[in-house]
Amino acid sequence: MTTAEILANDPGWLIAVKGLFVFVVCVLLTLMSVWGERRIVARMQMRLGPNRVGKFGLVQALADGVKLALKEDLIPAAADKIVFVIAPIISATTAFMAFAVIPLTGPVNLFGQATVMQLTDLPVGVLYVLAVASVGVYGIVLAGWSSGSTYPLLGGLRSSAQVISYEIAMGLSLVAVFIYSGSMSTSEIVAAQQDTWWYGLVLFPSFVIYAISMVGETNRAPFDLAEAEGELVGGFHTEYSSLKFALFFLAEYINIIAVSALATTLFLGGYHAIPGLGFTELWLGGWFTLIWFFLKVILFFFIFVWLRGTLPRLRYDQFMQFGWKVLIPASLIWILVVATLRVISQNGASRPATFAFAGVVVLIVMAISTGFDRSKQKRMNQTYPEASAPSFPVPSLPINSTTINVSERGGDRG
Amino acid sequence: MADNNDFNAVEPHLSKDMDITNVPVEKIGHTGPKGFFTQLQGFWVTFATMFKKVNTVQYPEVKEPTAERFHGRHQLNRHEDGLEKCIGCELCAWACPADAIYVEGADNTPDNQMSPGERYGKVYQINYLRCVFCGLCIEACPTRALTMTNEYELADSTRGKLIFEKDDLLGPLRAGMLAPPHPMYPDMTDTNYYNGDVKSSHPSQEQK
Repeated sequence: MTTAEILANDPGWLIAVKGLFVFVVCVLLTLMSVWGERRIVARMQMRLGPNRVGKFGLVQALADGVKLALKEDLIPAAADKIVFVIAPIISATTAFMAFAVIPLTGPVNLFGQATVMQLTDLPVGVLYVLAVASVGVYGIVLAGWSSGSTYPLLGGLRSSAQVISYEIAMGLSLVAVFIYSGSMSTSEIVAAQQDTWWYGLVLFPSFVIYAISMVGETNRAPFDLAEAEGELVGGFHTEYSSLKFALFFLAEYINIIAVSALATTLFLGGYHAIPGLGFTELWLGGWFTLIWFFLKVILFFFIFVWLRGTLPRLRYDQFMQFGWKVLIPASLIWILVVATLRVISQNGASRPATFAFAGVVVLIVMAISTGFDRSKQKRMNQTYPEASAPSFPVPSLPINSTTINVSERGGDRG
Repeated sequence: MADNNDFNAVEPHLSKDMDITNVPVEKIGHTGPKGFFTQLQGFWVTFATMFKKVNTVQYPEVKEPTAERFHGRHQLNRHEDGLEKCIGCELCAWACPADAIYVEGADNTPDNQMSPGERYGKVYQINYLRCVFCGLCIEACPTRALTMTNEYELADSTRGKLIFEKDDLLGPLRAGMLAPPHPMYPDMTDTNYYNGDVKSSHPSQEQK
């Protein structure tokens, strides 16, 4: 029985329970990941991080949330009030919605009902996630615009430009997955990965492109130009306070978890155990798959934190150049290769023929890369002729001041 | 005698000067993007740092001693017999760049001898909301009456509490000291006090 068929039998109350479960998991994960991020980043900087509120500081995020909720809720006089209120709501709800199609477990038994922990299984599930993420951009751009202030507007525009650009690369990186699995439904992609290897290995370039663009997509370091504290004060949410700010905060972290969950689903075998430990999937009546799923999500989250702890923020033009001139063309070429390989193998070409084609592609890529390097090297080594002396009189160069004095007399201060 | 000026005496091209306009490129090194694995080194640094000992001091529970000459709360010192060193000269107040010190001097009388010599500081206030702990007052003090301790826990909840009065600033009465006012040590002048000839209080200084 496929996942869609299992889900079709779900009674209404079970769907409600699952919806609640997804909601609670999202909020809990946000609280835990805020704490985890601060602890891990602190460790990377030889600090301890929050360790006061509760055991190991575990309820620090909750305390911060309560503090935020109790703060005064300000709406600037110049703000467009209705849009200003709606924007954080759009951000937060769309962040939650992405989780609806993510399969969290294999077949399990919930209150005597055989089901899977997945709210719904759309035939175009992954497209739905992309669509919801795109709607989430409205939250950001509307927040920046409606604040009636300069920096939020700049931050909002940067943010939306960034998310839209990287969404293209993200969408393109997923095409190879669709081609290979023959489906856009999340549960079927997970199932298809059990037949081959995980797509993270099979479609490694796709995986790399997705991993990079998911960081850009969520506005996280090193791609956090939208809220560059030093430049934009905080970006699109500068004017927000209290619960509305908390909603943006929540949305940001749920988005991180959502893209991590999607990466897990599409590239790391979803809720399945790592190869060789398949027997664990039957433990706890199938619920052990939930642990596998979240282990992988946490792995992705750790990488997010690791990036933040390691890399400095990119300049805006570098970031855009990377997205448009590297990620997208690389994606397109990769799709071309994957599609051709797929067609060749499906048309019954022999293994050697397939490998030969792959080998030729690798050779072409290497040749292009070498040629690129050569021309770059050439450009760097190019010497330019000295400029001819000007026809008008110019003062002589100040030779004395351009020398570093290292005479034996020790020091040049007399 | 411009020729003796060291700045001009050094002939740039005769001494071992380095012309920074003409440094060979090899010495600057490769300035383009680093290799892929060189760039990944940063990830190893942060990862390895996670397992190192942290530098954090758990402050309210663990207190590390400050540097020896840390600028902390002020202290008004006493002579060895307990008389105050402060003579109410206000030099500290004048030296203060933040206008944090207020001093009012008064005359010593035989009945009310607070410090050796003619004058003593009647009112002495330091406003720790203004003090920047620069130590100029300490440098200005002619009698070493004012010094700084290493105490740094000066936070409080009201403005009033952060204006320290003379009682708050005076050093403690140690063994051999008598609480002023009391007469000066017999046969000692304020100069003797200043030179540190008074080592302890004398029984006759005790007031009935």
